[in-house]
Amino acid sequence: MNETINRKASLAMLESMLLIRTYEEKAAAMQAAGQAAGTCTSIGQEASAVGVVSALSMDDLILTNHRSAGHLLARGADPARLYAEVLGKASGYCKGKSGSLHISVRELGVVLTSTIVGAELSLAAGVALALSMQESSAITACFFGDGAACEGSFHESLNLAAVWRLPILYVCENNQWQAFVHRRETMPMDRIANWAIEHGIETATVDGNDVEAVYRAAKAGIAHIRATGQPYFLETYTYRVRGHYEPDDQSYVDKNELAAWRTRDPIDQLQAKLQLSASEAQALRDRASARIEDAWNQAVGAPYPAISELTKDVYA
Amino acid sequence: MQQLTVNDALGQALAEEMRRDPKVMMFGEGVATKRQELLNEFGAKRIRNTPLAEGIIAGAAVGAAAMGMRPVIDMLFAPFLTLAMDEIVNSAGKLRYISGGQFSFPLVAIAMTGTGWTVGAQHNHNLEAWFVHSPGLKVVMPSTAADYKGLLKSAIRDDNPVLFFVEMSLSYELGEVPEGEHIVPLGKATIRRAGTDVTLISYGKTVRACEAAASLLAEKGIFAEVIDLRSLKPLDEEAILTSARKTGRVVVVHEANRMCGVGAEVAAIVAEKAFVALRAPVLRITSPDVPAPSSYPLELAFTPQADTIAEAAASLFTAQMEEA
Repeated sequence: MNETINRKASLAMLESMLLIRTYEEKAAAMQAAGQAAGTCTSIGQEASAVGVVSALSMDDLILTNHRSAGHLLARGADPARLYAEVLGKASGYCKGKSGSLHISVRELGVVLTSTIVGAELSLAAGVALALSMQESSAITACFFGDGAACEGSFHESLNLAAVWRLPILYVCENNQWQAFVHRRETMPMDRIANWAIEHGIETATVDGNDVEAVYRAAKAGIAHIRATGQPYFLETYTYRVRGHYEPDDQSYVDKNELAAWRTRDPIDQLQAKLQLSASEAQALRDRASARIEDAWNQAVGAPYPAISELTKDVYA
Repeated sequence: MQQLTVNDALGQALAEEMRRDPKVMMFGEGVATKRQELLNEFGAKRIRNTPLAEGIIAGAAVGAAAMGMRPVIDMLFAPFLTLAMDEIVNSAGKLRYISGGQFSFPLVAIAMTGTGWTVGAQHNHNLEAWFVHSPGLKVVMPSTAADYKGLLKSAIRDDNPVLFFVEMSLSYELGEVPEGEHIVPLGKATIRRAGTDVTLISYGKTVRACEAAASLLAEKGIFAEVIDLRSLKPLDEEAILTSARKTGRVVVVHEANRMCGVGAEVAAIVAEKAFVALRAPVLRITSPDVPAPSSYPLELAFTPQADTIAEAAASLFTAQMEEA
């Protein structure tokens, strides 16, 4: 499938990526300034989040992980409520009971976020099972990384999805890093999609820094799921530009590799492709910055949860 | 009243609940194979075999429960739960809290355990206290066929994850089971035998050993009250304390290992809240700190027996104990 993307849609994706980048940079800066706990940023991976989420329908469900801000913001989450959650404030999406690591936003279809690497794969099978039992046409998109692909739950999930025909779009954001270990040290091949092929699942590997390519590949994968009822595996080949979490001096990172990936920045690439003038580009950045500054200030000013919240929400 | 084995009582509860609520489904290793009658009545979508992979069985149940289904999963033997701990403890137990109450997890995980089949420590491990120690979960371990039915029906209707432990040696034992709507609430203990002198508190098949011990004690003129906890979480504190205050002497009995077992919690509750009523120390009769053996005589030595329980209870009446 080679769906055309009009300029308006591309600009919307650019704006979404800029919002994510600005959000993450502010979160990192606030950590460095001692204003917030460290988060796991998705800088460098914005195209993967925005390309896939833009291809989904609003009734589709999303499972993400500890590196979730991109997926959440692409889905339309309010950055003020995300920051509030990071800061443990009552207005956070999880009443301040999650922090940055496992933010679910059910009203946006972002469900069961777990920070246990590999859990998203296990839970996605159940979410898709429920949708299929309820004869829903919605699909389940599951975001995970190359680290999760080394967990047993990866193979258990793919196998069950294939034999039970579960409508899951597996999105492996192969960002080359598993916490502090390069993927080269932990797996014998370069493309994780190969493992999915052996499970009998259709796959594609796409340049994860090209948002339009990601969008098209996700659309094709979703069409495949709807046409066949089978799961689909999309590998977005990308790079984690910042550390595992904040702070992380990245002393263990190959400088040349990092520099090479920086030249392929997903935002710069789309901006160049769209031939935006300097003033147009600046206007977009200013808009993102203004929104993020406002969001941060709202979160800082929001109240903490009442102490009585400590013992609530344990049992239904 | 109908006589059913524990296994058939569970089957009846499952069938009744699946008729009552289309959201109830069941899967696990061999579920569709072993429960053919459920497969015939409810079809292959609601009764499913799974790959031999406990993590994804539990993960699929947790995900489906959050999105509106009421899955029951058969994990077979309790030690296999160790391969599903992330899904049960980290996801089902915590994601409601972590998400600020956005999800609930109405699911039941059934697992067999206990001595009697000489299966050894990797098929028999009374690890129920692990789950009692984990927030967000409920835990039951019944001792009679009627309670297996009534508690499974309650567990399926509960909106929280319930670990449902089955004594494998009781699976094929017949017992009276009420037909139709028989509900035993979670969190309610029952008095199996009323008494005035000493309280024997247990759950699972050692309740039977306590009942036999009570008969031995009666021959000596000691009238023991036997409490079957049935639910370990929520724990029926009121039943425990009422009996402890009445008799002033408590022996807690379970097959699970001693240290940090449910018995430790029961003893602590009695010490904290019924101290002034106590006329003797609270005792625990449990298995020793060893993996469950498989050789039959060793299984018997591992498992609390009626004579040991009766001796321990009788020791609480010696002059020395009275002074202590």
